[in-house]
Amino acid sequence: MVQNRSLIDEKGKRTDGRIIDELRDVKIEVGVINNADGSALIEFGKNKIIAAVYGPREVHPKHMALSDRSVVRCRYHMSPFSTDTRKSPAPSRRETEISKVIREALEPALILEDYPRAAIDIFIEVLQADGGSRCAGISAAAVALADAGINMRDMVSACAAGKVDDKIVIDINDTEDKEGGADMPVAYMPNLQKITLLQLDGELNSDEFNRCLEEAIRGCLKVHEIQRSSLMEKYFGNEKGVKE
Amino acid sequence: MSISKKSPIIVENLRKKQMRESVSAGKRLDERGLDETRPIEIEVNVIKKASGSAWVKLGKTEVVAGVKVETGEPFEGLENSGALIITAEVLPIASPHIEPGPPDEETIELARVVDRGVRESEMLDLSKLVLVPGKIVYTIFVDCSIINVDGNLFDATSYAVVAALSSCKLPVFEIKDDKVVDTGRTQEPPITTTPISVTTVKIGDYLLLDPNIEEEACMDARLTITTNSKGSIVAMQKGLKGYFTVDEVKNIAGKARTTGEDIRAKLQELIKLGK
Repeated sequence: MVQNRSLIDEKGKRTDGRIIDELRDVKIEVGVINNADGSALIEFGKNKIIAAVYGPREVHPKHMALSDRSVVRCRYHMSPFSTDTRKSPAPSRRETEISKVIREALEPALILEDYPRAAIDIFIEVLQADGGSRCAGISAAAVALADAGINMRDMVSACAAGKVDDKIVIDINDTEDKEGGADMPVAYMPNLQKITLLQLDGELNSDEFNRCLEEAIRGCLKVHEIQRSSLMEKYFGNEKGVKE
Repeated sequence: MSISKKSPIIVENLRKKQMRESVSAGKRLDERGLDETRPIEIEVNVIKKASGSAWVKLGKTEVVAGVKVETGEPFEGLENSGALIITAEVLPIASPHIEPGPPDEETIELARVVDRGVRESEMLDLSKLVLVPGKIVYTIFVDCSIINVDGNLFDATSYAVVAALSSCKLPVFEIKDDKVVDTGRTQEPPITTTPISVTTVKIGDYLLLDPNIEEEACMDARLTITTNSKGSIVAMQKGLKGYFTVDEVKNIAGKARTTGEDIRAKLQELIKLGK
């Protein structure tokens, strides 16, 4: 990876004005798709992503059903207008892989044994992409699953950490992802303290690796707060979750 | 769309119980210790039509990788780099559970994870593989055919790619009268490091290195970590619907580093012997 310009200035400010352990602005709105059983719109920096959940519902074709639990089907998709150069609407290999890792990041949190022979469908549509879309997509989808009333063991919160100009920073943006040193997306169940998604590209030594992992989890906990208050907001009308 | 499904490999409940008991006593059903990887055999230059090739056996898992070199346009945004393309296909000859057809999500993930390890380690100095900056560059294909499946395709395929690239001879292309000509000469590839992928799986609360197919049918989660010659981690991929704790990840990262070192030495020795 080529580092041809400084991504963190002498005051410690990043390309978008944030400091190293600051998240981009995150906003989650619950229940944005009328027809879906659960849904959420997440704005994560310039990312604009809608997650919609349908189910538990019947599985078609029937032979895909599992007799002891629900199947989870997950599609991560980018709209053609979501990126700088138009993205072909056909699913790419990248989207296929991301659909798989997102499904595997969410499945540990779902009590699938409660819904034998059923399907839970998760659709994640990236309307505008800005780096870190898989993490934002996971966070939105977890909220949508909760909104759909699916039995869950825990929330799933996701955030990336990485190395930019030899510093460990959280919530890598698009520029930092393309020009920076390393990117480590993490999804985390905040109450159970379990990691459900873990990827990395870029070089980290042992110390950087440990710090990066810890910082990513701190980012996940910050995202969790926002997920929690967005659900509280919808179901109780205020962020604290207290019925007035 | 990604769909949760059952493993096509069926392991009887009694056998699973036996495996769990054995693993909790520190021994696996194939007599290995939990941290013990299977023997690696590598034969390089097995395909004379390719610029480089390797036939790798990791236990009973077998992969053939071949390097083919062409010239072409650089990738968008990487105008001054050669292009490296790594593919993988699990052939129908490899197992009774494979059908011919377009790659499924597991195969796509396999190819992308192997590619990520080699690419992110910057094993090949792609900046040295440019003919006309921004216009014509070397395009290096490393195509992998998995010919027998017995677990841990990630590591076996990665070793095959590394062995094939390390032992290859690139053709020397030149520009004459605005045309690319093959001079018939060859050159050493610009290798900077040897990336080694180490896959660990979790069965219950136990971590096992280099799983065989039976263990894969019982695993809850998988973590593949690639390290470079300096021992730094360059790529990582978690898979399956299980989870890891922070301590487990740190533990696995440490093992990936130490085991990676041993395998790197072994691989380099085997490649040298075969060259």
